[in-house]
Formats: sequence, C-alpha cells, structure tokens
Amino acid sequence: MSRVTLSHDEIARYSRHLIMPEVGMEGQRRLKQGSVLLIGTGGLGSPLALYLAAAGVGHIGLVDFDVVDASNLQRQIVHGTSTVGMAKTESARRRLQDLNPHIEVTIYETQITSANALELMQPYDVIVDGTDNFPTRYLTNDAAVLLGKPNVYGSIFRFEGQATVFAPQQGGPCYRCLYPEPPPPGLVPSCAEGGVLGVLPGVIGTIQATEAIKLLTGIGEPLIGRLLLYDALAMHFRELKLRRNPACPVCGEDPTVSELIDYVQFCGIAPEAPQIGAQYVITPTELAAWLERDDRPFLLDVRNPYEVAIANIPGTDKLIPVDQLPERIHELDSAREIVVYCRSGVRSGRAVELLVQVGFRKVKNLEGGVLRWSDEVDPSVAKY
Amino acid sequence: MAITISIPTALRQYAGGNAQVSLEADSVGALLRGLAELHPGLARQIFGDDGQLRSFVNLYVGDEDIRYLQGEATPLRDGEHVSIIPAIAGGSR
Repeated sequence: MSRVTLSHDEIARYSRHLIMPEVGMEGQRRLKQGSVLLIGTGGLGSPLALYLAAAGVGHIGLVDFDVVDASNLQRQIVHGTSTVGMAKTESARRRLQDLNPHIEVTIYETQITSANALELMQPYDVIVDGTDNFPTRYLTNDAAVLLGKPNVYGSIFRFEGQATVFAPQQGGPCYRCLYPEPPPPGLVPSCAEGGVLGVLPGVIGTIQATEAIKLLTGIGEPLIGRLLLYDALAMHFRELKLRRNPACPVCGEDPTVSELIDYVQFCGIAPEAPQIGAQYVITPTELAAWLERDDRPFLLDVRNPYEVAIANIPGTDKLIPVDQLPERIHELDSAREIVVYCRSGVRSGRAVELLVQVGFRKVKNLEGGVLRWSDEVDPSVAKY
Repeated sequence: MAITISIPTALRQYAGGNAQVSLEADSVGALLRGLAELHPGLARQIFGDDGQLRSFVNLYVGDEDIRYLQGEATPLRDGEHVSIIPAIAGGSR
C-alpha cells in the first residue's frame, strides 16, 4: 500500500482514473509516488511528457540540451511558438507545470553521457528513451540494464514507428539482444535527413506513455518481449516476438559490458566532421564569386527531387540524388571543376568523398549547403 | 512457393521504391539469394562483406526472428510473410 495521499484537488483532477477499478485510489497513489526520466523532449518526449504529467506521475525528469526551433513545432507539441529559442527542458517544464501543478518536474539541461547517465537515472523508477541517435540509444539501454530499471523504447522514421519495453530484470530482452551493434554512420538516415510525419511521434510517444503508466501502476500486460511496429501510411499495427539473447554482452548470462563505454566510438562516429581535405571544400561566399566568373564551376545538386521544389541555388547544372551517384558517375566530367551541394553539406560531403575515391580531383563540397548559402549569400533562398 | 517480403521505409530506396517484393523460395537462404539477385543495392545494405546479415538488421518469418528458428535454413511455406526490420534511431529532434 502506497503511503502518499491525494488532496481533494487531486481527487477531483484524477476522478476519471479513480472511478476505474483497474487504477482506483491505489493506482493513482502509485502514479504519484512514481517517477519517470525522459531522455529527450523532442517528438517522442513531447506527448510522453504531456500525458505522464496529466496522469499525475509524481516526479518527471527531463534530459535535453537542445533549444526549441520553429521546425520542431510540426510535431513537438509540448513546446510552442512563444518558447522558440528557449531550452527545450525549460519550455517543457513550463507547459507541464501549467498542465499539472501537483507534480514535480526536474530538468537537466545537459547531454546524457557515459559520465552522467547512471547518476541521472538512479533516482527514477522508469526510464523512457525518446532520443534520436544510436549512441544515446545504446547508452540509455546499457545504463538502464546496469541499474535494473525498465526502459520504455520508441523510435520513428518517416511513416514508421517501433515501440517495446526492455526489462531484462523481468525476463525480457534488452536493446542489444535485438540489435547487438548499430549500423555504420550514414547508412540509415536520421529524421533531419529523412523527415518524419508530424503526428507519428504522437502515436509512438503515446504508446510509450501508456507503457510507463502501466509499469508504475502494475496493471495490464507490459509490452515486454514484443516489438510493436506501426505503419502510418498503411495504418497497420504488427507485433514481432523479441527474445532475450543468452549471449547478450549486457544482459546475457556472461555479460562483458559491466560499465558504460564510449558510445560515440562504439557507433563508429568520428569526432570530427567528414574526412575530406581542405582542397575539397568551398564556402558559400567563395562559390558565389566563382559563379560570377567565366571559369565558373559545374554546380551539382545531390538532394532529392522534392527538395528542389522547396529551395535551390540558382545556376544549378545537374541534379543527381546522392544514392544514385554510384551508378551515375559517368554523367559527370572529371576534367571540369565541380561544386557539390545539398541541404546542410553532409550528403554532398559523402558525394565528394565518393568522387575523390574514384579519381575526381577538381571537386569541392559546398560547406553548410543551402542553409549556409541562405545565411551568407542569398537570404531569398528558403531554409528548411 | 510465393513468399512476400516487407521492405522497411529506410531501405525502399534500394529496392526500387517497393514496400513489398514477392519471390519464389523454399527457405530463408534461397529467399535472400533471390532478393540479392533482384536488388543488388539492397543486398549491399543488409549483408556484410562476409555475406552474413548485418547485426543491425533482423529478419522475421511471421513474428519470429530467424535467429531463433533455423537461421537461413528456416523452411518457408507458400504464402509466408518475411519482414526485414532494421534498427532505426529517430525520435525527431
């Protein structure tokens, strides 16, 4: 029996929970006594934080180091136009305390790392993974396994989502049982590169919130050992079986990981930006001047065709999406000076690396892509 | 024996944009070889240099991971559904 009590105000607020026997006073007290740490207050973290606060989870911790950007508001509904430019943790805290002043919200405006993860997670009952990159996902998994805490997992890409609960202490698998190693960087595009349907994190984040509430109250069948897959376009839910891997390096019978490691290195991400030499890069201002001259370079866009409709650099000579480049290299003339661009300079950096590998020497990557071109040369080009 | 393979969004660009591919195969191994022949670009994404499935890609027959069936020797029945499920990390920052 939980010892916390509910005030008359709280009883009125939570009455729709209290009149259900599955939750009732006992379940609501458990929620109030419970605590959840949200890693990330972005697309998944937004609906998560809102529903957990509304449900009366007594203590919510928020970890994020990012600030609210206008492009977040298409899906990150805990933030608002009035908090653009504010730290996401503070923006979310204000909204949550307005939604429910009876709960405690602790914010950590920091990046979760191997140095602070265990300390951040220690005070909380349930960990929720709403991050956006592989190093943080492996870090969150390993730290939760080491601390014996359930990890409510969700991830999204474009129109597809995955959700499950990793809880080896309850007999289920962990993230490493499912995927022992991350994909090499660049192979699987991020949301920033690949885009995401704004309502998708709402669906997956709300499923995660449901699972966190079930874990805290102890009701229902938790999503342990099952991977829920959601396809928004087909409007299709499926479930796959997940099994604990006895050879898992973290939660297996003979674990080899007993402390947190360097996850950036584990995920093969170089600490420095693309490894191409200075002779293969050009700034927007340099390119603008060069395009005015008679010896102007050949300007190659390696984005996707639908991005051209949003914004492009005037004078572009050719469009070859970066994924088609290996098969279409023959369309380029290695004797000519070529400048390659994309939205931010990442894909064009990969394109330049590829071209250099196959023998191109007069090729340059436009640093910062369309975004920096808009900032430094032509503000009439839209940033997206 | 016609087998349907679901291709996840992240890998469709390597499979001619298809969400599903149908192939004749009587085992997971035969299916993978057929798929590699049909879409070599997709094969480069999901198999390592050693020809094994990469460790961030799982293959399911129905709702079971082939690692807990008989791997590539897992037999396939007509109409069976195979899914490629890669790790995705997005949480949308």
